[in-house]
Amino acid sequence: MDFRTDRSKVSGFGSAKDGTDHWWQQRLSSLALVPLTLVFVFQLIPQFGMNQSEIVELYRNPMRAILTILFLGVTFTHLQQGLQVVIEDYIHGKKNKIVLVVLNIFFCWGIGLIGIFSVIKIVFSF
Amino acid sequence: MSSSNTDNRPLSPHISIYRPQVTSVLSILHRITGIGLGVSLLFIVWWFFAAASSAEYFNFVSSILLSPPLKFIFLISIWAIWYHTLTGLRHLIWDAGFGFEMSWVKVSAWLIVGASFFFTALTLFIQVDL
Repeated sequence: MDFRTDRSKVSGFGSAKDGTDHWWQQRLSSLALVPLTLVFVFQLIPQFGMNQSEIVELYRNPMRAILTILFLGVTFTHLQQGLQVVIEDYIHGKKNKIVLVVLNIFFCWGIGLIGIFSVIKIVFSF
Repeated sequence: MSSSNTDNRPLSPHISIYRPQVTSVLSILHRITGIGLGVSLLFIVWWFFAAASSAEYFNFVSSILLSPPLKFIFLISIWAIWYHTLTGLRHLIWDAGFGFEMSWVKVSAWLIVGASFFFTALTLFIQVDL
């Protein structure tokens, strides 16, 4: 039997001081993605259908490679943040919620890094 | 947790009997397109991974990505990226403290629906090379 109330257990600790951090990061990444997405998507579409040596030649251009890495990094950060909010809103039960939030972070970082590593590998291929 | 009374509280809104409105439909579509674009992104990363691997593997992946069902997915993705970008911009305008009047909310909602299809068509015709 626990005689302490939930209120008394947390009393005096104060906030974690990062209440608006996730919200702010999401706004920041979405703002950055407006120009990045437009440029990236427009230049990507005609590249479907090219062969590998043409793609390698295109992405060895530093400007294009940097844009792509920036796009992939910010996009996967944004995807991770967005999916986390969806999980927090719709998945019930503390255990399920925490497991999915963690898997989401692992997944987005993993896939994002595969993409970024691939672009870097193309840039430095000879 | 010792809290009680968590099981039988009334929940609102009851989504299954909630009348769809242009605001609520656009809101949920923003999330659905966001999740869907995450799936499209997996294909794009697969494409980059293949380009960094070998010519044979790239041809194999390319043939899958250019098959009719996936071309259809990419067509929907082009619409989704426009839609998600436009509704995202509207969210940023709201976050800056503007545009909360119901009249503007409804007008901008329908503008976004129209613009998303217009820009999708435009994207298919105009292609930019850096």
